[in-house]
Amino acid sequence: MNTDVFTPWDDPQAKPLIQFQNVTKRFGEFTAIDNLSLGIFEREFFALLGPSGCGKTTMMRMLAGFETPTEGHILLGGQDIDPIPPNKRAVNMMFQSYALFPHLSVWENIAFGLRRDNIPKHDLEDRVEEMLRLTRLEQFARRKPHQISGGQRQRVALARSLAKAPKLLLLDEPLGALDKKLRQDTQFELMDIQEKTGTTFVIVTHDQEEAMTVASRVAVMDQGQLMQVATPDRIYENPASIYVADFIGDVNIIEGRATSSGEDAYQVDWAEGQAPLTASSSTGFANGQSCHLAIRPEKVTISAERPADAVNVVQGKVHDIAYLGNLSTYHVELANGTIIKAQTANTRRISRRSFTWEDSVWLSWTATAAVLLAN
Amino acid sequence: MRRAVLIAIPYVWLLALFLVPFFIVLKISLSDTALAIPPYTPTLDLSAGWAGIKDFFSQLDLENYVWLTEDDLYWKAYLSSVKIALISTFFTLLVGYPIAYGMARAPQEWRPTLMMLVILPFWTSFLIRVYAWMGILSNEGYLNQILLWTGIISTPLTILNTSTAVYIGIVYTYLPFMILPIYSALERMDGSLIEAAEDLGCSRLQAFWLVTIPLSKPGIIAGCFLVMIPVIGEFVIPSLLGGSGTLMIGKVLWEEFFSNRDWPVASAVAIVLLLILVIPIVLFQRNQQKQAEAEG
Repeated sequence: MNTDVFTPWDDPQAKPLIQFQNVTKRFGEFTAIDNLSLGIFEREFFALLGPSGCGKTTMMRMLAGFETPTEGHILLGGQDIDPIPPNKRAVNMMFQSYALFPHLSVWENIAFGLRRDNIPKHDLEDRVEEMLRLTRLEQFARRKPHQISGGQRQRVALARSLAKAPKLLLLDEPLGALDKKLRQDTQFELMDIQEKTGTTFVIVTHDQEEAMTVASRVAVMDQGQLMQVATPDRIYENPASIYVADFIGDVNIIEGRATSSGEDAYQVDWAEGQAPLTASSSTGFANGQSCHLAIRPEKVTISAERPADAVNVVQGKVHDIAYLGNLSTYHVELANGTIIKAQTANTRRISRRSFTWEDSVWLSWTATAAVLLAN
Repeated sequence: MRRAVLIAIPYVWLLALFLVPFFIVLKISLSDTALAIPPYTPTLDLSAGWAGIKDFFSQLDLENYVWLTEDDLYWKAYLSSVKIALISTFFTLLVGYPIAYGMARAPQEWRPTLMMLVILPFWTSFLIRVYAWMGILSNEGYLNQILLWTGIISTPLTILNTSTAVYIGIVYTYLPFMILPIYSALERMDGSLIEAAEDLGCSRLQAFWLVTIPLSKPGIIAGCFLVMIPVIGEFVIPSLLGGSGTLMIGKVLWEEFFSNRDWPVASAVAIVLLLILVIPIVLFQRNQQKQAEAEG
């Protein structure tokens, strides 16, 4: 089975469907996109993730054709698309506000793009019906957009943008207007539809959980630059920088100085009078180089007694407990004031919780749990 | 109790300022002319008691309305008014829509100023503005002077006292009534709708035709009614800018009242005018209601 895992980005022969070549976009003095190069492959579900103002929406609008790069080129299937206006591109977009035409019915909204192509009436009707089935909107076809719910509107917008079978579908915060429960259901629906249609999806979102769930690869952006482009698990487990580690999920950052202690192994001196921490890293660090240890809270074990065989052990006091139902995050204050978060699954009922505020506890993690980062 | 009072206020207002005058005019239209003050009979004499009232009602008849159908001046004037109203509404729309569109597309911070500029002429007397147009349009007026000076024409154009001048005056005067509802419809429109239309394969023009126009339709309809309804009864503009050739019912009405002193016929003209106007007013109300439902 492993042979058909979808990883075109690891194949040097594969040619990306979309190529950003040294693209820069300026709005007056402001540089929204700064000399950015990126390849997105066919059938990928690609997520652009970042805080607002990071340039992700500008990237999407350039793909749709509403903005043109100030410098550099964007290629779609090897062809430079910069001079092609939005109405001539094989790219469709699902807008954040959905932008459904309020004067047209659901059916007419979906048919809108197809009508521009002058395709035979029979084919058009078939295609619209197919889209309605795909998005389970059959019984709402005659309604106007204001007569259906937010979740249904979202599906109409998706059906409308998919109707023309674009090479590339852009989704601008597609689930932003939905409540959390509906959003989670819709995420899986989106993945299903992407798989069924085989369309390349590029999604813009500020919600890291959403990006991690739906995407085959995630690009973390900040200030018009790509911080890291990788699969969700690599982004989470092997962040390239503190920014990425901090942006995706929860993380403990410990600052210190690295000393080599064998192949790919380092000792990190992080506080006076404390034993150095051990971490492994494939990137090289010079002796005495300042570094940061990034440790995910769920990889930190919390215990009442000092664990006998642990590589990294620190002692502290429970400062705060965040109870999330299925999980609890313990904020443990070390002797020097540093707060380390440790997460455990609540396998027992809350009344039988092992630790409470002000308890003295031991935190431990393995040598491979932490990621050693230069910056 | 408070509720009843609150509801009563608009009804009393309506009764005092619309229904009572309407019934007075209706009564006059059923009377006969007389050389007296007031210039019609009968007048209600309550001192004669029940017999007086009976006598009063027996003297009312529809002969003025019959007269309106006998003299072709009246129906021609009605028809001509409606025609002028339709044509000038069309031109007002033609001029007003681009202005409203430009305003709605202007940068956010300019919009209050642009709105101000549209409303500003209302701060001057309507009569003075119409007189100003006489100065512009007359044979020796500014327009002719400029055209002669630039060499576009060699003899002055006769515009004043023609129906062209009436159309110019009406379009100028009623333009804000057209601009404001269209502007408010366009301003509310989500800009991403146009982008969505383009994204789905529309050219700019197609997007305008298939999205912008349908979405501003309620504004267009409201603007057209707001212009057409008062223009049908318009009196000042045709009498000041239009010559004797411009036949409008408002002018006929004025002449019946003040030149002929035939109040009953004038009242009949007014009542028929009101009935004609009820049709577009009802249609207008229906449009507004439909729009409210669509938004609700």
